Amino acid sequence: MNGAAAVINAKNPLYRARKRTNILLLTVSAFALLFGLFWLVWILGTLLYEGGYALSRAALYYQMTPPPGADGGLANAIVGSLILCFVGTLIGTPVGILAGTYLAEFGKRGWLASATRFLNDVLLSAPSIVIGLFVYSIYVARVGHFSGWAGALALALIVVPVVVRTTDDMLKLVPNSLREATAALGCPAWKMIVFVTYRAASTGILTGILLAVARISGETAPLLFTSLNNQFWSLNMNAPMSNLPTVIFQFAMSPYQDWHRLAWGGAALITLTVLLLNIVARTLFRRTD
Amino acid sequence: METAANRMIRTTVRASNAPALQDLRPKLQVRGLNFFYGAYQALRNITLDIPEHKVTAFIGPSGCGKSTLLRTFNRMYSLYPEQRAEGEVVIDGENLLTRTRDVSLIRAKIGMVFQKPTPFPMSIYDNISFGVRLYERLSKREMDDRVEQALTRAGLWQEVRSKLHQSGNSLSGGQQQRLCIARGIAIQPEVLLLDEPCSALDPISTARIEELIHELKNDYTVVIVTHNMQQAARVSDFTAYMYLGELIEYGATDSIFIKPTRKETEDYITGRFG
Repeated sequence: MNGAAAVINAKNPLYRARKRTNILLLTVSAFALLFGLFWLVWILGTLLYEGGYALSRAALYYQMTPPPGADGGLANAIVGSLILCFVGTLIGTPVGILAGTYLAEFGKRGWLASATRFLNDVLLSAPSIVIGLFVYSIYVARVGHFSGWAGALALALIVVPVVVRTTDDMLKLVPNSLREATAALGCPAWKMIVFVTYRAASTGILTGILLAVARISGETAPLLFTSLNNQFWSLNMNAPMSNLPTVIFQFAMSPYQDWHRLAWGGAALITLTVLLLNIVARTLFRRTD
Repeated sequence: METAANRMIRTTVRASNAPALQDLRPKLQVRGLNFFYGAYQALRNITLDIPEHKVTAFIGPSGCGKSTLLRTFNRMYSLYPEQRAEGEVVIDGENLLTRTRDVSLIRAKIGMVFQKPTPFPMSIYDNISFGVRLYERLSKREMDDRVEQALTRAGLWQEVRSKLHQSGNSLSGGQQQRLCIARGIAIQPEVLLLDEPCSALDPISTARIEELIHELKNDYTVVIVTHNMQQAARVSDFTAYMYLGELIEYGATDSIFIKPTRKETEDYITGRFG
């Protein structure tokens, strides 16, 4: 006991070594944080700087994509993107949630769930251009023309694995004691899932859906082979449909100065929308929690 | 030589003239029960009768299998594919373990309260009405009465009557546990399984729950797992002492606590072991 008093003081070598390690690691992680933030701020800054002018012009929101040298906006692309993302999410989300529910709630026995989970992870990391080409070959090539439906389908195929993964993960975070307590009341499995586990995991599942929306709103590759682009105003899902990513791609690659400005404006618009979506979702969730 | 602990426990045992175990109608009959978590055998050849309208306590050191035994009574283990049971647990003439029909009906007849509070992610009111709605169609008024009655019996009504529509998660740990007990008795089961229900409660709530257990046994069969020897002595009519997955001794609580026949039981009860 006397020894302890002699050993435990500020000069203890183990204590000092621990303090040094702490300072070192704190410094390294602070630099890593700054490094990450630096690029992020730079990207956002460049977007706003280059796209600010286009964003500030009202014409961006009501005029159509112009031919080179003419005045115009991105109205058709904005609306097209909204429709494609909305339909894609609408198709992909239910499939994703149901599949994720199967994996987390029913997939404890047998090989089907683990095989599905593995394939889903492969799909999750598949290059999106592959998905575009896939939809091109099974749909666009058969019907003989590009269309909004094909674009929405390609986006839905990107939504599915994201939602499956987050639903699966979030449901698995729901403690088993909650399932036991529900079952102990004589509750059938489906009711338990709908009324108890979904509720317990709702924040996480909604976050997954928003992540998927954020992901597809910037996807270009799957739309190049499916929805393609449309210079004019069109709400016909059976025809090529304009959308922001392809317009940005096309305009940014062009040699025209005014197209460049519009491309920057579109890029800034997508980024800010996704940012806004995240902020809104977070505030909403915080309130319900 | 009598230890202090022994004396203390003896004074808490109620003087009773309970009839012998074999003269009572059994509600649950356990026969040759073996239980496995994967390859590990957690229960070995358990045979006992749980008498109807009595309180039966399972005591024993941690890991002795008392919770596992309790969890076979409502087939809770069948949620997990790696767990299995062999033998018989008979209720109302039917072996639960081989029942192939939906076990939900059985579980609704056998309520359970867990060690840790598990409020559902919904309001206090809905936490209770959820289970009731599964099997009964009540008017708003009847449901209100049922909720109030359950909360009152669990000793929670006064604290929550003004905030029934707030989230169940907003309550303190002890309140959450009483909410879970209220939820369990609101569905009016025939058997109530309590898995260390008071381990998270303060002494006042604990006393309230023990009173409740006394009231409940007029209508229900109660089985309680507890680490608190005095609680077992206070609330139960019969006590089973378990050790390493085996049933060492089972009988009227008075005789188990005052004159155990097995040396191991006495050692555990008097605190020399466990």
